[in-house]
Amino acid sequence: MKRIITAAVAAAAVGLCGAAAQAESLKIGFLATLSGPPAVLGQHMRDGFLLGVKQAGGKLGGLDTEVIVVDDELKPDGALTKVRGLLERDQVDIMAGVVFSNVMMAVYKPIIDSETIFVGGNAGPSPIAGRACSPYFFTTSYQNDQNHEAMGKYAQDTGYKRMIVMAPNYQAGKDSIAGFKRHFKGEIIDEVYTKLGQLDFSSEITRIAAEKPDAIFTFMPGGMGVNLVKQYKQAGLAGEIPFLSAFTVDETTLPATQDAALGLQAGAQWAPNLDNEANKAFVEAFEAEYGYAPATYAAQGYDAARLIDAALTKAGGKGDKEALMAALKEAPFDSVRGDFAFNTNNFPIQDVYVVEAVKRDDGTYVTQTVEMVFEDKIDAYVDQCRMN
Amino acid sequence: MSATLFAVQTLNGLQLGILLFLIAAGLTLVFGVMDFINLAHGVQYMLGAYLAVAGYGITGTFWGALLIALVGALVVGLLLEVLIFRHLYDRDHLDQVLATFGVILFLNEAVKVVWGAAPLTLPMPDLLSGSVEIMDGLLYPVYRIGLIVTGLAVAVLLYVLVSKTRAGMLVRAGATNAPMVSALGVDIRRLFMLVFGFGTMLAGFAGILAAPILVVEPGMGDNLLILAFVVIVIGGIGSIRGAFLAALIVGLVDTLGRGFATDIAKLLLSPSAANDVGPAIASMLIYILMAGVLFFRPTGLFPVRGG
Repeated sequence: MKRIITAAVAAAAVGLCGAAAQAESLKIGFLATLSGPPAVLGQHMRDGFLLGVKQAGGKLGGLDTEVIVVDDELKPDGALTKVRGLLERDQVDIMAGVVFSNVMMAVYKPIIDSETIFVGGNAGPSPIAGRACSPYFFTTSYQNDQNHEAMGKYAQDTGYKRMIVMAPNYQAGKDSIAGFKRHFKGEIIDEVYTKLGQLDFSSEITRIAAEKPDAIFTFMPGGMGVNLVKQYKQAGLAGEIPFLSAFTVDETTLPATQDAALGLQAGAQWAPNLDNEANKAFVEAFEAEYGYAPATYAAQGYDAARLIDAALTKAGGKGDKEALMAALKEAPFDSVRGDFAFNTNNFPIQDVYVVEAVKRDDGTYVTQTVEMVFEDKIDAYVDQCRMN
Repeated sequence: MSATLFAVQTLNGLQLGILLFLIAAGLTLVFGVMDFINLAHGVQYMLGAYLAVAGYGITGTFWGALLIALVGALVVGLLLEVLIFRHLYDRDHLDQVLATFGVILFLNEAVKVVWGAAPLTLPMPDLLSGSVEIMDGLLYPVYRIGLIVTGLAVAVLLYVLVSKTRAGMLVRAGATNAPMVSALGVDIRRLFMLVFGFGTMLAGFAGILAAPILVVEPGMGDNLLILAFVVIVIGGIGSIRGAFLAALIVGLVDTLGRGFATDIAKLLLSPSAANDVGPAIASMLIYILMAGVLFFRPTGLFPVRGG
């Protein structure tokens, strides 16, 4: 008998909680690439976001928050189906995440058309910053050209005259080189386009050694970058010919390249050593929680969660969507990158740095800022955005 | 384009060829001898690399890692043979493809669960960590020279094993007419199991040797599997000699193509068009080569006689 009463009380309590939660809960659909070789990028972004939710006590803006994490498997069509499920079946209040631009381009329109607020955590393709911009879309990352432009400007400022640039032979690779050239006015003696997924770079490295440029710039995401960095070092070029890069040397690849990457440079809007209170707290909490050093993806995911938290608080809940969007636009939070504001296209105006790989005293390999390249960088597409 | 540059690029090509041979040798052995399409060969290569990383964590030396990973790769291979592959020998190729593709998905995911999604690394052995300057400003790691020597040694070893020893004779006989060999009192099942285990170990061995120069990550074997199939199709399925020569040809064509295709295109086209056309052609070259070989010699360059 006693057991039955207990059960009844428990059921009633659960029922009550359920009813309460119904009134004040928040559902976030979080889309990230969590399988295949690039899974590590999605993992960083997800872990950063979930840390942000956890630090808010599981309540973003005071609302009980449920984060539904979905793996897009880097397949645009599959991602679209999953996003429809999140929007229609789960009725999420906010969408967040997305690592890759091709997935972003597939899911962007359906999310925006459903008038769901969408906080991007990484991909920032040019159409979304320009013609296809939307008042429902905000991103805590960057416009895709940013890091390539920063490296071009840095090469120009440093006074490099003859450079070799190298990228995989696909759209993002060509965009990268175009972004680099926007601010670099010296001579590009060779543009090398490699196979996507290339393993052995001996041929390209031999060419670099033969031509002796002042420096090279490369965009080699993921495993390709690890192969290149290891082989560049083994061929004795690291330290001889400066290595500028974008999305090649960061905390997602450093565990694999280790010493081979030391001193190699990259463009980024954030690094673990950025000197501000929010960042110190973030890096410490992230490493304590997950046991590895965060990359930019993690910082962006974390900022996304904290942006949503602060905006909900400011708007007084999720009820008034207009007020929430206005609050998001003001970015009322302390970003881990310090200065942070949204431009008219809801892309960040932020400082961009050149960073280099270092080994911390505790043996962890991380990136560290060398100097600021752009102060309050504005992306090149904002003029094409006609919002409202 | 100087003679030195050409010579260095040729060396680079040979070295890529040797690496391809190490992977393709096990595949061609299993495919040719047992008529079994093993798509899981690529993940067995990956497993060799991961076991080596784990072995390095335990022993702290490359050689300890090598030993642990070799034994581990053999054990896993035999386990897979007993549990799954053994039941597929009599089925048609489509069933084999489906089942071994399932093994790819399972092992890629399993590796991620155990070691995480982040790429890992295996340091070079100290003994081979030096380098020699082969061109002004370009060092050639001794490790890569070691890789070439090892590849040649494996090629010789396999040749002697298959064509000069009693075990090799049985294997060849089993490939030609398994029921007859079985009727003569040879345990054909055990023979196949040994061949398969050996093939797996070769894949693992290639993974271990590649780990210090390439990335160790989930799915690392998938790209190489395609290249390995290209090699054995060009060389003639089941032929060790064919696999060896075809691997060298593929390595050379690929590397020289990447090294010089754009330069050659620039002689004929404007620089920007050459930048589009050169890399596209370079990445197609080995497939064009394969298509050509299949057109003129459908059984490959060095088909296995009989069987």
